[in-house]
Amino acid sequence: MAADEEELSINEQAISASEEEEGSDDERKHKKLLEAISSMGSRKRKKQNERSEASVQVSEFFVNAEGTGEKVNLSDLLGTVEKTSGASNKTKKQLRNLQSSKETLELPLNKQQTEKIQRGIAYEKTAAEVSCWRNIILQNQKAEQMVFPLNQESSGPKRVEQVVAGWKVQTPLEQEIFRLLHINSQPVDDPVLTPVEEQSLKAMSLEEAKIRRAELQKARALQSYYEAKAKREKKIKSKKYHRVQKKAKCKDFLKQFDEMVKTNPEGALEELKKMELSRMEERMSLKHQNSGKWAKSKAIMAKYDDSARKAMQEQLQMNKDLTQKIVVPSDDEHESNEEGLETIPDFVNDSEPVIDSVNPWMRGQLTHEESEVSCVTTEDVQTAEEENEEEELVGEFERKRKLRQVVEEDVVEVSDKEEGDDDDEEEEEEEDVSEFNTLFRLMRSEKTLEGSNQTREGLNTPGQEDEDGFLNEGQIRVRNIEDLEVLGEVVDPQPIAEPSLPQAVAVEATSEPPNKKKREIDLKEVLTKEAKAVKVPFLPTVVDEEERDEQISIIKEAFAGDDVISDFIKDKSKREAAGRPEVVDLTLPGWGEWGGVGLKPSRWKRKRFRIKMAPPPPRQDQKLPDVIISENRNASVASHQVSQLPFPFQNTAQFESSIRTPIGPTWNTQSVVKNMTKPKVITKMGAIIEPMDAFLAVLVLGANHRNKSKLSIAFSSHSLRFK
Amino acid sequence: MAALVPEVLTSTHVEKMNKKKPPKRYWEETENTDQRRPEEEQGTAVQNQNKSTVKERSLKRKNGESLEKKDPFSGEAPIPHKQLQKFQRGEKYKVPAGARQRLKEAIISSEAMSELAQKQAARYDLLLPEDAGFLEGDEDEDTNTISQDDIADAADITSGSKYFNLHLSQFGPYRLDYGRTGRHLLVGGKKGHVACIDWQSKDLMCEMNVMETVNDVKWLHTEAMFAVAQKRWLYIYDSKGLELHCVKKFNDVLRMQFLPYHFLLATASATGFLQYLDVSVGKEIAAICTKMGRLDVMSQNPHNAVIHLGHPNGTISLWSPNQKEPLVKILCHRGAVRSLTVDKTGTYMVTSGLDRKLKVYDIRAFKPLHSCFLPAGASCLSLSQRGLLSAATGDIVQVYQNVLGSSPVSKPYMAHRLQGQIWGLAYCPFEDVLGIGHGEGFTSMIVPGAGEPNFDALDTNPFRSSKQRQEWEVKALLEKVQPELIGLDPGQLSKVDQASFEQRHKEHVEALGFDPLAKDKFKPKTKKKGRSSAGAIEKRKRKVAHEDQRDKIRQTVQERTERDKEQKEKSNEKKNLGNKSTLDRFRK
Repeated sequence: MAADEEELSINEQAISASEEEEGSDDERKHKKLLEAISSMGSRKRKKQNERSEASVQVSEFFVNAEGTGEKVNLSDLLGTVEKTSGASNKTKKQLRNLQSSKETLELPLNKQQTEKIQRGIAYEKTAAEVSCWRNIILQNQKAEQMVFPLNQESSGPKRVEQVVAGWKVQTPLEQEIFRLLHINSQPVDDPVLTPVEEQSLKAMSLEEAKIRRAELQKARALQSYYEAKAKREKKIKSKKYHRVQKKAKCKDFLKQFDEMVKTNPEGALEELKKMELSRMEERMSLKHQNSGKWAKSKAIMAKYDDSARKAMQEQLQMNKDLTQKIVVPSDDEHESNEEGLETIPDFVNDSEPVIDSVNPWMRGQLTHEESEVSCVTTEDVQTAEEENEEEELVGEFERKRKLRQVVEEDVVEVSDKEEGDDDDEEEEEEEDVSEFNTLFRLMRSEKTLEGSNQTREGLNTPGQEDEDGFLNEGQIRVRNIEDLEVLGEVVDPQPIAEPSLPQAVAVEATSEPPNKKKREIDLKEVLTKEAKAVKVPFLPTVVDEEERDEQISIIKEAFAGDDVISDFIKDKSKREAAGRPEVVDLTLPGWGEWGGVGLKPSRWKRKRFRIKMAPPPPRQDQKLPDVIISENRNASVASHQVSQLPFPFQNTAQFESSIRTPIGPTWNTQSVVKNMTKPKVITKMGAIIEPMDAFLAVLVLGANHRNKSKLSIAFSSHSLRFK
Repeated sequence: MAALVPEVLTSTHVEKMNKKKPPKRYWEETENTDQRRPEEEQGTAVQNQNKSTVKERSLKRKNGESLEKKDPFSGEAPIPHKQLQKFQRGEKYKVPAGARQRLKEAIISSEAMSELAQKQAARYDLLLPEDAGFLEGDEDEDTNTISQDDIADAADITSGSKYFNLHLSQFGPYRLDYGRTGRHLLVGGKKGHVACIDWQSKDLMCEMNVMETVNDVKWLHTEAMFAVAQKRWLYIYDSKGLELHCVKKFNDVLRMQFLPYHFLLATASATGFLQYLDVSVGKEIAAICTKMGRLDVMSQNPHNAVIHLGHPNGTISLWSPNQKEPLVKILCHRGAVRSLTVDKTGTYMVTSGLDRKLKVYDIRAFKPLHSCFLPAGASCLSLSQRGLLSAATGDIVQVYQNVLGSSPVSKPYMAHRLQGQIWGLAYCPFEDVLGIGHGEGFTSMIVPGAGEPNFDALDTNPFRSSKQRQEWEVKALLEKVQPELIGLDPGQLSKVDQASFEQRHKEHVEALGFDPLAKDKFKPKTKKKGRSSAGAIEKRKRKVAHEDQRDKIRQTVQERTERDKEQKEKSNEKKNLGNKSTLDRFRK
């Protein structure tokens, strides 16, 4: 009870306290209300802080010197200072001095001047600030190539952490994801190992960890092998192979199932259920009934085509297998199975003739057929044999393959040529098979015969081929009989030719009179330079010796009139004269002497007033008597030429040597052209080129130094390639 | 199955662990030594030995005897000096002594670049692996006695098939031309028969008779077009024989040359005109009246695209489309010039004249190197890419070797007799084949060592496909050299034009036909209220008449007065100095 009372009292107290609080709140609110009302009427007045100051007129607003009528003088203040004992002598003295001094303060400078000074100072400051960029600017000007933006990140893949580092969670989805990650203590920043993994790693000793790692490696390797194998097997196009494989798998499965029945009955039951399900499905569907489009077409073909027939048969078999109720296998059912098999017409099971001795698939087929036959005949052994059959088949396959490989290798060793032929033929045959397999199976035996013939031909060919080639060549080279005859004619006169005859002629020629007249032009040098006679293997048929003499005389006659050399000399002198500047004649007849018809200006006057111009530079053909070289300037090229020396060069030789190497790809290798014509500035598309900041500038400076060294390395590595 | 795997794995793994130790790492070394097993203790001695050797090695290394193998071929692969020289362009320029920084840098960088280019080119020279062939006789056997049949028999089938005859006796002596790639052959008979053949496959592209005299035939830039100089006009056909153009501006053309890099067809006519046709735009670039009579000897210099013409007065003249007069005129023969040819590098010219001489000229210096006397004189000449000279003397074709050297030749390298007069001779580019057009048709003759074995596939590719040809055509057109750049020196463009401003201005004025800097005449404004009367206009004109002259006069007068003044002042000073007395200092 007491406790109850206490509680009560406590409650009461609390209530009273709250009441009191309420009361104080009311007061405050009231005040606020009043204030609000009062402020509504007039604007807020500025509260004046009251100050007490000694003055005649006391204003409630400010302090002023009104009433005294005068300004406060220094003397007034001084007086009081003198009187006060607290003030130090020093200040007193200073004040006195101040009173006595008459100087006024200087006027402040006018606005313009101050601004000018300020500008000057600012300029100096900024100049100093900016000058730290000078080196970079110079360097960039000199740089062969600039790449913008300057702070390019290294290309290539980046680590996830680097990419994620600057990224923040924003959307609710991301938040959710990250929360989840955090909860599960998954890595957010460093995804190399999860904490759990790290812990587990720590838990293991080094040895254990190594073993574990090795195991994992092994498992991975095995998996990859398995995958590779599966892939390879999947790629095999042979239907037969897959069929066999499937059957083998089936067998395997059955075996396993049998084992399972013994060891793991529950698992077996499940398997059974699965089989039952598949059976149900099969029964529901018409999948392997002979009712599909394909099956119908096959049915039509079946009459003529063994393969079609077989395919049909297989399908039916499949249906039967699937729809078969799976119970514990008994002999009766097997028999019924066999009966079902036998319902299919007999010709289906007829063994096929030996088709191809080379084609392993065909061989496989044959053996398969035989085994089937054996199966049919020996029913008792069948079950046992059937199991082995597929394995045998697969084994046989491989064996044959190996055998074939060996054979092929042998062939390769024996002769390379034949192999190519064989291969070709094989290919051909395979093609043939694929084409005609479905339709004319029987005819193939003949074909293979042909093929064998071909191979025999191929073996025989080397000699034959050569013969053929010779024949062809002959056809090309010798067109027809006429041609042959002509060739013979051409060849015939050869032996008749005598090399001795022309020499006499040569002697004649050299003994020819060297020049007709003596001229300025040195004829010896020009035209009658000693000509060496040439021995000719056969004489020209057209010109006989007598004829030649006649011709010479005729030519001499023909060219007797026109003197080639004198004409040329005239021409040359004319040109030279045209090139020489004319003499300027300034003589005025009649000045200083008598003038008139028939009177010439006197000699002294002519001498005086005829001005000779400076001689032109020596002609190019000055020393070549038999050559006239035009002195005209080629103005057409001039419009394409450089006429003013560009900046750093001081003479033409420097500039010309600097452009002497062509830059086109016609004269240079690809790499050199690229190097020579690289652009001065490279900008990355879409990238923002921001102004360089001071920190970056330092970086760039360093980088450029490094780049230079890199360049040289690049060159050297390039040249390495050609070793 | 899946359950089985791990078991198997572990088991196998354990086995493996037993069998195989993991490879030793250098950081594991100490650990292993610590965990030495008792079985291994036997082998420790050996190990220790090994260790000691290792220590020795490390010691040695420390001592400075570096055991690392030295690279026997350190540094860049050396380039043979000969190859380097082959690609040298001009002399290296050394930085002058007092050069400024910028100049120094410019020179150094340009030199480095040209050196790099030279080196790389020399290295890539390795990629020209083909060698030229040659003909070698037995002992005491002259190579010129070996018949074509023997050669064809001895050579491989494809090479042997390059010797063949086309019997075309009906339409008279044949002119011929090979395309730039050397695959296509164009033959034109005097009596109008024109045919183009892909001669290697013997595939006839077209054949026709133009029913007119044919003077010359020439392929244009590709095998798609060719020009035929007929009796009156110049015709252009396509490869199927379709007539594309009849160019009536070009009449009586006797000889033609095609300048492949300029896309210019140069023609020489019976009327003495040398004309240039720009094939890319179909415009006549220049028509020059040579005033030398009938022009039936023509050749081009492949080095600088200058046309060489031979004349009946024994001279040879060199022409560019930019000058109305010959660049050079050389007196070569006493009789008329019969034929001439220029070698690929533009260094040598070979001429033959009616005086039955064969002369070799150095056309850089315009000096004759040597001459030889041919019994019948050469009616046609042709130089191969490798410098073999073929000369047609009557009905015999002779091929000479080493003609371009300084020593004269004494006997031909090969010879071949044909039927009828030889009318055209041409070497097939990139093949060892000489095409001969004669009275009885065409003969393709094998000349071992004639063709350049290495071709520039970007320029002339004998094996190019049609697509490549199209691409090449576009590129070639883009890189077409303008006809203004033709001149004796092809390097003219890379030289600074040092002509004076006046001369250049004069040339400019000449080219434009007016002076762009000239002031136009003063034209007084028309004013109203009678102020534009004739008298007033005249007055106003007089105000500005001779303005520049006046300016000049004013200037000179001013200068003179200033000079006078100065002189006066000087003389005054001198006078003053001379008259100064001691009392002058008191003068105020």
